[in-house]
Amino acid sequence: MTVDAAYLHYAHRRAAMDHDRYGRDNVFAREPVRWPGGARVALWLVPLVEFFPLDMPLNAAPGGMTRPYPDYWNYTLRDYGNRVGIYRILRALDERGFRASVAFNSRAAARDRFLVEQVTRRGWELLAMGVDMGRIHQTGVDRATEAAWVEESVGTLRRIAGTPVAGWLSPAMSESFDTPDLVAAAGIEYLCDWMNDDLPYWFSVRPPSGPTRVAAMPHGHEISDLKLIADYGHTALQYAEQVIDYFDFLYREAAEHGGRILSLPMHPWLIGVPHRIGALERILDHVAGKAAVWSATGAEILAAWRGQARERHDSTCTDHPSRG
Amino acid sequence: MTRSHLEPADELREDPGLYYPWPYLNRPKIEWPGGARLAFWVAPNVEFYEIDPPQGPIQPSTLWRKPPDLLNYAIRDYGNRAGFWRMLATFDELGVRASVSLSVAMCDHYPEIVEEMVARDWELFSHGIYNSRYLYGMSAEQELAVIEDVRRTIHRASGQTLDGWLSPALTNTPRTIELLARSGLKYALDLFHDDQPTPVKVPSGRLISLPYSLEVNDWTGLHTSRGTPAEYAERIRDQFDRLYAEGAESGTVMCLPLHPFLIGVPHRVDYLANAIDYILGHEGVWHATGREIASWYLDHHYDAALAAQQAFAVEWA
Repeated sequence: MTVDAAYLHYAHRRAAMDHDRYGRDNVFAREPVRWPGGARVALWLVPLVEFFPLDMPLNAAPGGMTRPYPDYWNYTLRDYGNRVGIYRILRALDERGFRASVAFNSRAAARDRFLVEQVTRRGWELLAMGVDMGRIHQTGVDRATEAAWVEESVGTLRRIAGTPVAGWLSPAMSESFDTPDLVAAAGIEYLCDWMNDDLPYWFSVRPPSGPTRVAAMPHGHEISDLKLIADYGHTALQYAEQVIDYFDFLYREAAEHGGRILSLPMHPWLIGVPHRIGALERILDHVAGKAAVWSATGAEILAAWRGQARERHDSTCTDHPSRG
Repeated sequence: MTRSHLEPADELREDPGLYYPWPYLNRPKIEWPGGARLAFWVAPNVEFYEIDPPQGPIQPSTLWRKPPDLLNYAIRDYGNRAGFWRMLATFDELGVRASVSLSVAMCDHYPEIVEEMVARDWELFSHGIYNSRYLYGMSAEQELAVIEDVRRTIHRASGQTLDGWLSPALTNTPRTIELLARSGLKYALDLFHDDQPTPVKVPSGRLISLPYSLEVNDWTGLHTSRGTPAEYAERIRDQFDRLYAEGAESGTVMCLPLHPFLIGVPHRVDYLANAIDYILGHEGVWHATGREIASWYLDHHYDAALAAQQAFAVEWA
């Protein structure tokens, strides 16, 4: 027999998920969430400020070095995003009065304090996004090393920005089995990696001390410029149309089912180039044209949800059967 | 050719040996109930992927990262927490009665989803236990144990018989199809050689291959072919238009295979609804389940088709 008998045993086949981080759930079986001002959709814009070191391992992350050292091609195109592209994004948001949560690799923040100050002076939020794009949190990285990365990432960002840092986005959206516990131990209150829901939900963690749960926030990877433009090769116009369709659908759905979140991750090296920035502006203009939209940071959205979740969802780390 | 996923006694063949040659020309006419031109069935894959699956002899894809592969795990869970429910509402609105390609462990992990499907009298057929447990490397006894597990689980959840099979992650051994026939199943979906049902060559039982589709599958249309939702909907309509036209001469089958984690994401739902609405708006479309199409074919066309195909094989040998 070439397949071990154990392969036909299913240890986690049960009326729950196959892990103990969260229970199964149904977005449509929950009490409707209400956003401030009666908004239907919370607009959560998330520019990513990534640092791809020239000497990083090849093919470690989307956007990373792929060519023999020195890969100026990839290094400088990514760096372009943080020098030029991000300022087009800031301008587009400023012109429409939108806020954002900006995710930083801590090396990107340390190398560009001017950009960090651009975020803090606007009163926006900073998200911790690991140290750099060469250090990917994944199985095989030993726990002490990963803990040191988390500490460097969160600690550096807090020091430079002089603000709290509550949210965590893993570089390349990659986690090890330990990542949620390690970031919770560093005082992180919410994760942005789990794109399995349209709303926040409680997520169990096992830190040595402190809270035993964090929140998981939605992540719009399916409509990100990385997925649609870089991965699928769609045009900027096709990207804009899909994000607008996504928004319109949520806006309609929210009228019946309660508040929704449009989470839009964006990479300055993709959406911030001259021939694409108009697509972002087109999206923002469309959203700005709707009355019931709340532009907020992740922490603000989470606070609004948490205020209501406390009333009814307090124990949802255990299984929470949905109704039809 | 690596053999690590085969039994030592397995011989390699140059073709599957599972069906007869049968040109798409001058075939005996297939007649669907009510004189319909085209049998249309909708097959959502309602799946569960494990976060830390055990390793079999072959892992099918390099697209997966080391566990926990959040990018892949979480979006598939999105399908069950959110996408499924949007798809369900869309089907209710359009009057779609689906045939579900089910990872039967969903009956354990997400019983509420299975209850909704059963309450609507959707057909449940097999997509294995988990879509992260592959048949590669299994002995006949192990494969039969999987088939039996699936049969029991589907019966327990729905009272239904197990009639159809799409292998988990489309993994097969050289024995799978024959074991399905021996286990009394009616139709297999792992073969993509035709737009009409065809008898499958098996030592015992009466098994047909029913057209499923990788071409209009949302996985292909949206993901591997990188189509926009609008392009995917156009692909569905084009596929339908041609099969519907050809169905005037002899009945055709169109399957629309879906994944809630793809089609149930907000920016795609309306495109699916419009495409299905377009199809169901035509006269002469028989909207049925896989089981109903297979049963009709077995009762009315199987014997004649088998005889004609055997005669063709002899004449042109």
